[in-house]
Parts: sequence; C-alpha cells; structure tokens
Amino acid sequence: METTVTKKTERLIGKPIRRREDPRLITGTATYVEDIELPGMHYAAVVRSPYPAADIKGIDTRAAEQHPGVVAVYTGKDIDHLGAVPCGISLPDLRIPHHHLLAQDRVYYVGHPVAVVVARDRYIAADAIDLVEVEYEPTASVSEPEEALEAGAPAVHAEWADNVAFTHHQAGGDIEKAFAEADVIVKERIVSQRLAPSAMEPRGTVASWNSGDETLTVYSSTQIPHILRTLMAGVLGLPEHKLRVIAPEVGGGFGSKCELYPEEALTAFIAMKIGKPVKWVLTRRDEFLATIHGRGHIDYYELAAKKDGTMLGLKVKIIQDVGSFHMLLTPAMPTLSVLMLPGLYRFKNVHADVVGVFTHRMATDLYRGAGRPEATHGIERMVEVLAAELKMDPVELRIKNFVPPSDFPYDTPMGVSYDSGNYAAILEKAVETVGYSQLREQQEEARRQGRLMGIGIATYGEICAFGPSPALPTGGWESATVKIEPSGQVTVMTGTSPHGQGTQTTFSQIAADELGVDIDDIVVAHGDTSTVQHGVGTFGSRNTSVGGTALVLAIRELKEKIETYGAMLLESDDVTYAAGVCTCNKTGKTVTLGEIAMTSWTGPTYPANTQPGLVATNYWEPPNFAFPFGAHIVVSEVDPDTGEVAIQRYLAVDDCGKVINPLLVDGQVHGGVAQGLGQALYEQVVYDDTGQLVTGEYMDYALPKAAMVPTIETDRTETPSPVNPLGVKGVGEAGTIAASPAVVNSVVDALSHLGVRHIDMPLTPEKIWKLVQQGGSA
Amino acid sequence: MIPQEFNYSRPGTVQEAVDLLADNDAKVLAGGMSLIPLMKLRLSAPEHLVDLGRIPDLTRITENGGCLHLGALLTHHQVATSALVQEKCPLIAETAAHIGDAQVRNMGTLGGSAAHADPAADYPAALCALEAKVRLVRRNSERLVDIGDFFVDALTTDVEPDEIITELILPVEEAGTGVSYQKLRQPASGFAIVGVAARVRISGGKIAMARVGVTGLGATAYRATGVEALLEGSEGSQDDVAKASAAVDEGVDALSDLHASSDYRRHVARVFTARAIQAAL
Amino acid sequence: MKTQINVRINGQERTDEVEPRLLLIHYLREVIGLKGPHIGCETSICGACTVALNGKTVKSCALLAVQADGQDIVTVEGLATDGQLHPVQEAFWNEHGLQCGFCTPGMLMTTRELIERNPQPTDEEIRHGLEGNLCRCTGYQHIVNAVKSAAAKVGG
Repeated sequence: METTVTKKTERLIGKPIRRREDPRLITGTATYVEDIELPGMHYAAVVRSPYPAADIKGIDTRAAEQHPGVVAVYTGKDIDHLGAVPCGISLPDLRIPHHHLLAQDRVYYVGHPVAVVVARDRYIAADAIDLVEVEYEPTASVSEPEEALEAGAPAVHAEWADNVAFTHHQAGGDIEKAFAEADVIVKERIVSQRLAPSAMEPRGTVASWNSGDETLTVYSSTQIPHILRTLMAGVLGLPEHKLRVIAPEVGGGFGSKCELYPEEALTAFIAMKIGKPVKWVLTRRDEFLATIHGRGHIDYYELAAKKDGTMLGLKVKIIQDVGSFHMLLTPAMPTLSVLMLPGLYRFKNVHADVVGVFTHRMATDLYRGAGRPEATHGIERMVEVLAAELKMDPVELRIKNFVPPSDFPYDTPMGVSYDSGNYAAILEKAVETVGYSQLREQQEEARRQGRLMGIGIATYGEICAFGPSPALPTGGWESATVKIEPSGQVTVMTGTSPHGQGTQTTFSQIAADELGVDIDDIVVAHGDTSTVQHGVGTFGSRNTSVGGTALVLAIRELKEKIETYGAMLLESDDVTYAAGVCTCNKTGKTVTLGEIAMTSWTGPTYPANTQPGLVATNYWEPPNFAFPFGAHIVVSEVDPDTGEVAIQRYLAVDDCGKVINPLLVDGQVHGGVAQGLGQALYEQVVYDDTGQLVTGEYMDYALPKAAMVPTIETDRTETPSPVNPLGVKGVGEAGTIAASPAVVNSVVDALSHLGVRHIDMPLTPEKIWKLVQQGGSA
Repeated sequence: MIPQEFNYSRPGTVQEAVDLLADNDAKVLAGGMSLIPLMKLRLSAPEHLVDLGRIPDLTRITENGGCLHLGALLTHHQVATSALVQEKCPLIAETAAHIGDAQVRNMGTLGGSAAHADPAADYPAALCALEAKVRLVRRNSERLVDIGDFFVDALTTDVEPDEIITELILPVEEAGTGVSYQKLRQPASGFAIVGVAARVRISGGKIAMARVGVTGLGATAYRATGVEALLEGSEGSQDDVAKASAAVDEGVDALSDLHASSDYRRHVARVFTARAIQAAL
Repeated sequence: MKTQINVRINGQERTDEVEPRLLLIHYLREVIGLKGPHIGCETSICGACTVALNGKTVKSCALLAVQADGQDIVTVEGLATDGQLHPVQEAFWNEHGLQCGFCTPGMLMTTRELIERNPQPTDEEIRHGLEGNLCRCTGYQHIVNAVKSAAAKVGG
C-alpha cells in the first residue's frame, strides 16, 4: 500500500520553524468559545453587585422574567444545593469560606454574581439584567489588606472575627545567628500591586445538555479542561463520565483560566435546567470585576550581610491580599513566593512568614509567574539596596553571592533543589553584550549634564515545570498518547491544554525527531476530555518539560512495538527502526512505518504476545522541578520635567534549558517581558477606599500598547536540565519574572544619586516626578 | 455591552437633519467614537439617533475670506492628512494626528469631538488656540458661537438639543506663524492628561501674536490668555517662555483623577506649555 | 423597528433587516457568520474587532450595522485571495507575529492599512501605527518585525 509517510533525517528540535497553529488564526477560521453556535442556543448574562459589602434584603426578578424573550432568571436560592467554587489548597490553618455560585444573603465584592438571566438572544439578556431589582443594605467594607488586619476592621466573613485567611511559616538555617553576625542589615517594604491578567479573549462558556442520554458538553475558555471536568462534575453533582469538557481555541490565559469560575458552572446548570444550549461570555468590564487578579503582595524584607557583601540571611513577611474568597489555588501563590525568596544566591538562612488576608475585593490567584515575580522582585530590589548601602557594584555583589556551578544540584534553605545552572556566566554574558562598563561611563557623563540615566540589572531563578505531584493538588504529571494511524500518519494527544504557546508546533518537532517522520504527517490534538486521555493542563511553564517528556516516552515505548512488528515483517530478530523505516541489520531489507502501521491494525497476523495497533500512552511524573534562570539589563532615562521613563534598551539573556524552537522561545520572552514591564511602569488594579473598582475598562487600566514597549533584544545560554530526557526547563514565565525588577532597578539607579533606594510599582510619571522634586527624599 | 433600543434616522441633508431634531427627542450621531461606547456602557440611552454620516455638505473643506471652513463630519484622518488643511491651518492637522489611534481617526469627527466636549480631548486645545467659530444650525435659524463661549463645562457645550454643528471656522495662518500641539498621554485611553496647542508669530524680533489653548487641566479647554499676554511683546527667550508658561494654570480649577493629581497636572501644563511654545517658535 | 441594510462584505452583496442598535461586530459575527473579527473590549481600545470600511480600518464594536449601510466591508476572512495568503498574513506567520491569535485578525487589518499609507515605516511609526490594537501575548516585537517584513514584501 502507498504510504504518505516520508523519510526524514533532518532534526527539527532547535529549528525556528513557523507555527502549525497559525493558518487558522491568520485567516479568521479558528474557533474560540464565542464562535460556537449550537441550534436553539440561549444566552446568559449575570447581574453583579455594585457594593463591596452588603446584605441582600430581597431580589425581585418579576420584571426581568416577564420581559419578552427572557426564559428564566436564577438567584442564590435556586443554586444553593450545588457545590461551592472549589479551593484546591490545604494549609494547616486555612479558612475556606463557602463560595456559592451566586450570592446568598450577602455580597462580598463589587462584581459578585447575584443573579443570572437567560434569554433567547444576547441583546435581550443585556436588557433584562437591568430589570432585576436587588435590594441591598450596604455594610462597612475593607479594601486594603493591612487595614483589614487591624483590630476592629470589618470582618469580611462573619464566621471569623479577624480577616486572616491563612498563615504559613517556612525557614531554613539559623536566622537569628545570621542577623547577629551581620555588619549591615537593609530593610524595605516592597509592594507587588494587583494586576489584571487581561487575556485578550474574555472568559466564556457554552454548555449543551442531552436529556436523552443525560450527558453534558461544556466548551470553556480554560487552561485545564480535565481538571475543570472533575471539579464541575462535583459542583453540579453530575457523574463525571457524563460530562465532556472541551477547551476550543483559547485566546490567552496567563493563569486566569486555571479555575472553576462560578459562571462556568452556572452556564452548565442553566443548560441542564432549560434543556437548551446556553452561551455566556464576559464583557471586558466584568472581566476586570470578576476574573482573578494577580499579585497583591505587601512584603517586608530584611537582608543581613557582611561588609564585604557576603549575604547571610533574609527575613521576609508577606501579606497576601486574598480578596473575599479563595479561588482554586489562591493560598498557594505566596507559598510559591517563599520557595524562591533566596533567588540565585547562596543564602544559608532564610525566614518567611506569610499571612493571607480577606478583603472585600475580587480574589487573587495565578497570574503569569504566580508568586515567583513577587519573590524575584523582592530579592532583586534588596540586592540593589544592599549594593547601594555598601557602595558596591551590583554586578559584582551578585556574582559574589551566586550559587556556583560546582554546587548543583543545589539544596536551598527553602527545601527545593536547583537542578542546574551557571549564574555568573549568564550575567557576565549580559553585562558584556550590553557594554556595561561603557554604560556606567555614559551614566556619569549624563549626570554631569543633569540627565537622569539608569542601568537596571535583574537576575532570576524560576521554579517551573510543575512539577512533582506533592507540589500540586491536581497531580504534577502529564500525559501523552501517540497513535500511528493505519495509513501511517501520526496523531499525538497531549494532556496539556495550550492557548497560544505553540505546543502543536513544538510537540510536532519533538515527535518528528523521535519518530523520524515528516512534520506534516503529525497532528497534535488537545483540550477535549472525550478524545484525549486524562491530563493536567497548561500553567507553570510545564508543557514542554512535563508534557513533552510524556510524549518522548510514549514514542520510545511505541518504537519498541514498531520494531517488534518490523521484525515479524522482515522475518528477522535483528532490526532497527529509524527515520520512518525498519531495517534488517543482516539483510538490509526495509519496511516502512506505513506498512508496519497497516499491519499492526489490519493484520492478518500479529507478533506473539503483542497486541494489535500502534498506540502508546505515557503518564510522566517529573522527579523535580526545573529551574530556568537569566539576566536582564535595562537602560532607561527619566525626564526630570515630567517624570516619564523612557526605556532605551532592553536586553534579555535567558537560559530555559534545551531549546526546541528558538522563534517560539523568543516570542515567550518578549511577551513575558512586556507583562513584567507593564507591571513596572503602567498597570494597576485600583479599588478606591469605598471598595469600588476604579480601573474597570481599558480606558483606565493601562495595558501596554506597542509604542509603550521597547525593542527587546534576546540572547541565551543553554544549560540542559537533568530532570527530564529532553533537557528542557521552561520559558513561559521567565520574561515576566525578570522584567519588573530590571525596569525598576534601572529607574532607581537613575535617581540613586538623589538618595532614592526604592520605588513601588507602577512607576507612574507623577510618582517619579515627585521624587525628583523632593531630591529623592520621598 | 449592548446599547438600549432606539429609533434611527439617517438624513441626507442638513435641512432633513434639523427637521428630525426639531420634531423628535433625538441625539445626534456623528462618527460615534464617543457616543457608541457610552451607549454600550448604558451611560447614555437616547431614544432616537439622527445619524449625520451621509450628509455631503458636512465633509467639505473650503477656504473663504481668510478662513478655513471645516465640515463638522470630517474625520480626524481627513483633517490630519488634507494638504489644504496642513498648509492653511497646520495646528488643527497636527492635533488631529495626535487623537486616539488609526481606527478612531478613521471614524471620529471634528464636530463630534467638539460636541462631546471631553475635558481630556485633544481638539479643543487647538480650537481654543485658533479662536475657532462654531456654526450651529437649527430648523429656522443659525448662529456662530465663539469657541470661548462654546465649551460650558465637562461634557457640556452651548449646543441646543435641536441644533447641529455644521462647520468649524478657523483662521488661515499668516506667514511666519509657528504652531505646535504637545501632550502628555494618559497611557490607557490615549487622551491627554494635559495637552497644549500654541501659535506664535514673530515680527521684528518680538512675539507679535501668541495663542495658547489648553486641554486636560480643567473641566473645559480654555485659552491661556495670561500666558499669551506675557509672551506678546517679549523676545521669546527661554526665560520669557518659562515665565509666561508659569501662568498657564492661573484661575483654573485643576482636575484630579487616577492618572494625575491636580498638582501634577498644573506642573505638566506648565512644562507642556513651554514645550509647545518652544516648538512653535 | 428593523431597518434594511445593503452591504458588500468581502466582495459579496448582502441585504439584511437589522435592529438599529445592532453593533456592526454582532452583525458580522452572528448574522453573517464571519467569526474572524473578535470582541476584546467594549470601549474601542483593543482593536480585536477591526475591519475595513470602505478601505479604512474601523473598530466594528463601536459602529452600528446601520452605519455601514451601502458600504464596502473587508474582514480578515477577505484578506486572502484565490487561496493565496495576503502578504501581511504570510509575514505574521513567518515572523511568529501571533501567539493566542485572538488579536490577530485586527492586527492584520490595521497592518494592511498601515503599510498602504506608509510603505516604508520605521519601527517607531509601526509602534505608533498599532496603537489601536492591543496584544497581551507577543510583547509586540515579532509583530513589529512582521509589519516590516510585510512592508518590504508589498513595497517590493
């Protein structure tokens, strides 16, 4: 039989090939949730609380129900039998308030879902939500986490007298001794402000109920279709095998779609109730109100060091603004920060105390970097503060304290083991590429001219490739199925759920190399729980390291079976499979993968003790995390008249382990940098002191535009990870983690001669201008 | 985010338009760049929209009696790129190029921006510096309003509900006049935190004419006559400009919001006034 | 209540009865079934809904369908001709100018107009020219590269 499988010897891993996802995306033929149309589909719209804290005295839905085209209106009492929005984290003293899908007798944040209207079209639904009359009795609210911790602050949840959501303590070494032995101790309060993840595709769900066989199909804009299925089955009380979840094309997530949101479950509930498909999609305003926010840290740092710059100990208190409810992983955010507090430095003594605080705001949870940007921002700011205190060059101070290459694997005082790295080498590469010493000379000249030029350095180590299963409530493994179809084409199914990362491309490269077939003979499928084996999902820079390894191992298992079939067809016990053909090592006779695949499925005979079909599934559990690292350098200039910051140069040198596709790695770095730079300069979710969200549209929340982001230069070193056979680490979050301290360090450096040691983000022109006016003494 | 229901009319002439406004409780739709988002957010809910988008008379550019007459429905892109406007009234062209983004400039209109009177919009600064006149037409009458009387308050103008703006009348710049529009952008919306439009003409080594329009600082755009008075007759040295610019916020109740406090706005108003004047000199 | 509109969309004539309040984006997506233009915000900032109206880019979520009556509309679906990708599409693909793809249809339409108006744009002109289109994934670097590449190709 003819086979379309072409032999191939050129390796694709490491090549900058253009993406296989793109043809559908550049022609407008991709299908996002909002694009799904089902016969008889209805639309849901959510009525939300305008108050941060209020008792609900009554809800009158009659006018909405009588509005032509409205099918139903549901309120809290209609769903009180359903399960709660889940929190997947356990901590010894974690307080988990019951988080109903719709508010019951109280609302806890502006945007809290109170009722949901279902209508035959979206225009009618939009009209009808204005007709639902809710009587509120506002009560005292608390918006700022430090105020929420004060005695006498309004209790967010009546069942607990204070607003402590959880505490967490972790320490290694002897912190008291370290501080006693120190020549110098520097202290700083460092804030990582609340951010809106801002995937360009708002969240949305389409649900369809088949009453005949009692099955539910849910399309949702999610990063975790399999986990969503398990969670949603629990919330709805539906047998899990009757529920199919599909993540269609997903327009970005950045962590914000790693949840079971109330509206996802409500949409499914309504579809079951009315027996018609239901679509619900967030508006951007509601996206700001009711999609998780990131960061929300107030951190108190103390760093102890010797006069020569040797860093001895680090004490950190983290105040995490939880919001009013936990979402899936909320309490894990600051505990992840704790793991990376030491950065790339050889601290022996680290002490961390975390307190999570309830406030009358939307919940915080995973947003690109998730705990690691906060930790990196903190330590990379503190190193600069120490350098200023000791009048040492910040490059020299860092290199002096880096974990040396000879110490890997390196066990940190926070109980994790850095896998591999050469930290001094990457900083030296960045320093050399950017021309650091010349820049310092230019800076001196600029200062003589009265110009404010700054050079900012940030190094980072990232814990990613999540991860060993004890670290995750979902399990930390990932899965892959590889199937050689009868005609020889290859179908890969991954348990990851990419949404812009280009995994269909990178996994095709991996599979093409491992199997030795043409990339065009490979299709990578994901995101449908009915067709793809159980998986965990896409977050924490884990796709390639964990999912890619599962893929490699599945292919390796399959290759043994290919050789078993090849041996039968070649009537030899000495065969080797490579590049799409199986060869008898004695006679040189060959049989193609297509011929083997056809035989494996259609017979007529099969090798002894071998099952028909070429298909293999692997679930890979990583033995450790992987730890990418890097050094970013920023050159900026501050306009003393306005306080505006101009980024003149941005250099990112990253080490994400083995690179599968350099084009995609660069893309991840660029995008990550823009988000970190957005935090540093522009972005902030602002609630006013009455608990109202002020930044509720892109008119006020400054998402970086093209002209607000500089040209980003990239370079890399490549230190393979010993954790997985591909040697990959991960790159999804690296840029975000490095960018905020790099940018802020450059601006603080520009103002350092005025005595400025720290500035909290975002570095708005007004904030900088005031510092310049006050000669730095702010 | 969907507008409430409304009736819709699309007149083909100014007369039809003003008749519709006289007979209905209606609101005028120009490019819609301000109005439609407000309607989607349900901050505006007109019962009847009169769409001026197809009235040919409203997109004319003519020169007449030392003035440039710009039809109210000219898009920002048309104003920014018209060779005639660039030559005869470069300040309005330059300002138009600063508004919003490419798509907004393709749809948003001169008259629409003026009528919306957003305190942070760009055009009003230039219109003030140009001492523009606004032609307002209603069913049986029309009038010309000086721009100084046109902007009444934030989002409020002198336009009556049954009137439409048909054109803005701007002076053709005399030779030797330099102009510039300088703004500090609000990073999210692209509107002006402060924007300053300046026109300066030097004669015999002295500033013979100075006009300065300011947007973003107060509830309405205004002419900074204090700055103008200090500039006129001076040599326009750096010192002269700095001294004059310091007067830009005199008597103005400066706005304060998420993006800039009133103190900062006052300060950047002085900075951008100086920059606009320097660039115009 | 409903109004009849006649439009030409990607070369095809259409006549439909629409409510005056129907937004152009909903007309394109739900009445005609062109799912390429997307809705990313409602305040005409993000530009995911960008289409060409009489050859000029507009944000279709800030336009009423009735405003497009009698006009010519091109969406991302109309960029490729005879199965050949438009040079702008090809350039975004080659330069990895997209990740999640949600902003891409708008980016492509804006880029097409940008290089029509300015065949040899500088980096700075490109970045300013794209101010009406937000992208959260790419950091814009590869988009800028793609626009330059498309301009070079179109300009020959």
